[in-house]
Amino acid sequence: MSNKEILKVENIVKHYPGVLALNNVSCSFYEGEIHALLGENGAGKSTLIKILSGAIQADSGSISIGDEVFHSLSPDRAQGLGVGVIYQEFNLVPQLTVYENIFLGHEYKNGLFVNKKKMKEAADKILKSLRMDLDSSILVKDLSIAYQQIVEIAKAVSRDVRVLIMDEPTAPLTQNEVDALFDLVKHLRSKGVTIIYISHRIEELFEISDRVSVFRDGTYIDTVITKDSQRSQLIDMMVGRKLIEEFPEKKYAICDEILEVHNLNQGSRLKDINFSLCRGEILGFAGLVGAGRTELARVIFGADQYDNGELIIDNKSVEIKKTSDAIAKGVVLIPEDRKLQGLLLELSVKHNISIPNLKNISKTIFIDKKRDSQIADEYISALRIKTPNKDQIVKNLSGGNQQKVVIAKWMATNSKIMIFDEPTRGIDVGAKQEIYMLMHKLAEEGMGIIMISSEMPELLGMSDRILVMREGRIVKEFTKEEATQNKILEAAAGGGDE
Amino acid sequence: MNSVSIKNILKTFGIVIVLVVLVIFFGLSTDTFFKVGNLFNVARQVSLLGIVAVGMTFVMLTGGIDLSVGSILAVVGVSVAKMMVVYGVHPVAAVTAGMLIGTALGFLNGYLVVKIDIPPLIATLGMMTIARGMSFIITSGLPIYNLPDGFQFLGQGYIGVIPFPVIVMALVFFLGSVLLNQTFLGRYFYALGGNEEAARLSGIDTKKYKLLVYSLVGFMGSIAAILLLSRINSGQPTAGSGFELDVVTAVVLGGVSISGGEGKLSGVLCGVLIMGVLSNGLLIMNIGEYYQAVIKGIVLLTAVGFDRISKK
Repeated sequence: MSNKEILKVENIVKHYPGVLALNNVSCSFYEGEIHALLGENGAGKSTLIKILSGAIQADSGSISIGDEVFHSLSPDRAQGLGVGVIYQEFNLVPQLTVYENIFLGHEYKNGLFVNKKKMKEAADKILKSLRMDLDSSILVKDLSIAYQQIVEIAKAVSRDVRVLIMDEPTAPLTQNEVDALFDLVKHLRSKGVTIIYISHRIEELFEISDRVSVFRDGTYIDTVITKDSQRSQLIDMMVGRKLIEEFPEKKYAICDEILEVHNLNQGSRLKDINFSLCRGEILGFAGLVGAGRTELARVIFGADQYDNGELIIDNKSVEIKKTSDAIAKGVVLIPEDRKLQGLLLELSVKHNISIPNLKNISKTIFIDKKRDSQIADEYISALRIKTPNKDQIVKNLSGGNQQKVVIAKWMATNSKIMIFDEPTRGIDVGAKQEIYMLMHKLAEEGMGIIMISSEMPELLGMSDRILVMREGRIVKEFTKEEATQNKILEAAAGGGDE
Repeated sequence: MNSVSIKNILKTFGIVIVLVVLVIFFGLSTDTFFKVGNLFNVARQVSLLGIVAVGMTFVMLTGGIDLSVGSILAVVGVSVAKMMVVYGVHPVAAVTAGMLIGTALGFLNGYLVVKIDIPPLIATLGMMTIARGMSFIITSGLPIYNLPDGFQFLGQGYIGVIPFPVIVMALVFFLGSVLLNQTFLGRYFYALGGNEEAARLSGIDTKKYKLLVYSLVGFMGSIAAILLLSRINSGQPTAGSGFELDVVTAVVLGGVSISGGEGKLSGVLCGVLIMGVLSNGLLIMNIGEYYQAVIKGIVLLTAVGFDRISKK
């Protein structure tokens, strides 16, 4: 690592409707370093990399690459300057070969025709320089995720990448694949490439990064040298205050089972799931991405079908085949992706709140509009949804308020089991607190709450019990008292003493 | 500030402004456009378009499209004609059967889209070809004449000074807007087009309501078919060719988003009237049919382009 700045951002500001995503952010990156960006969801990391890659433009501020200063970048321009990004969702064409993907958009050409032979040779050379043993004439769709990621990296290298941004690259990988990826990343560093590495697995950063920049709520906090810093110090910077303060106290006595799941199976995704949920309980679900938590939630909610198994609600065996069955039984889902699954973004707050409830407030087919408005007003004030009025289009609300709208629509249906999938993803810290209070209130009123979360403080702080899932199975159960971050992570990753 | 408010005006009234400008233009440049008789003419000419446009609006709000409406117009028309003329079926029974046929074909479209999962464009394209072929088979390719006396009233009659088809169109628009704005069905149509997955996860049986919208547009197609049959007083297997594109044009002109979830029937009415005013005005100005087609296309692109820019 030299101390030569290759990339610098200064005073970057970016607003989204209702949210200040980046607040006057300045930071710089050295040539040939692995520089991690650390922060909770919604801290502004993703927004920053989108600005660096030209996917979105900042409201104000500047970006310096080498000696040039820019106020905005287009994706094309950013690539031309040697900034490459590997997103969590790969940008590969599955039906094309590895070498065609590597040279997609800058093929070797003879007039109108592409020179496949030359491209394949060049691709092989790049793969070799990355020390990867991979046949470049294979179709990308036949590769594993880990190899697809390597194709992405090779693609960036083919464009003479100087700054390679990687967004949560290890999330879909197994441990062996992670080790291989780290070797590759270090190899790139030795060639002078700057790696900007985004992850919220803190342990990983100590293994791979030279420096860490921490973000919180759209603000840049500080940059530290990784080997000189402590894990707890990073967490403090990231969270900004003591964890304990974040979560309301809650007492919960004897278990009155509201939901039981017996021997539930779904293909290879869910295997022999057994658990129960008590009235008034918040049951946390921990696990890595792809462990089957969301799949389980969707099955209980009727969004997907299960193969076999039994669901018991209020001591009665029930069959849930579609979402309306689940809703009728009082089971509802606050999905992980608010915008794609939870909300009708172009419709008003009122219409979003009433949508699952419309039939109940209609006489024959005619909506009782007075009642419709009353219900909306009631929940807007009860949940303190910040909106100018109930006819505001939901798209214009902040993340936290959007989430409250999703919760409101289910409260209005008299549900008794609420499944929260990543309840505070992309929500400001202040609004998070409000969502937590709300979840507690719902639990205290006798609801059963299932909370799937990838945020450790949230899981530890909120849950009465925590179930850990791995590869479609529930592998461990912890009470609130015995649960620690390390124990959960071990169970989730497959280590430990089982 | 000024530019912002102009933008807002354009956003809210864009399509109305286009209509008003066209009306004023034709009113000033011809002597006959503003005559009461001619205005009713315009209304009568667009009535079939308007009736089907209401159904098409439902379909397009859910994010679909129906290209088969022109062919449904033909197959229902010739079926009703053949029943009455060849088999001597009572007109009321024949008309009822015609409406059932139209609705059934619409339902079949919906079935293909929902159950077999064929994209709406393809499913209805297939139906378009099938229904057109059926109309030729039913008639052996020749028009069916000699419809019963009195049947002409539906397409040619007046109540007071107002042509009967115009009254039907007004009724369809009225009921359509009640359905869209006052009932949960309408709310579901918007929800389906806005975000089908979110709608499904809100407990809406999305398949059922998609079946409904395709059935409805088939039903409205059959009403238009019967009015057309009566108006031209013969069952023509070629009736309604190209009609589906006129309907889609009117609906899109009216501000309904092609990806669904957005649009109002008031806008669609304007879109329908623009189509009628253009045809009528250009005809009065003696502009040939070939040029008319070019001008209509340009108006569509201008109006929609305008809308896109004002939304940015």
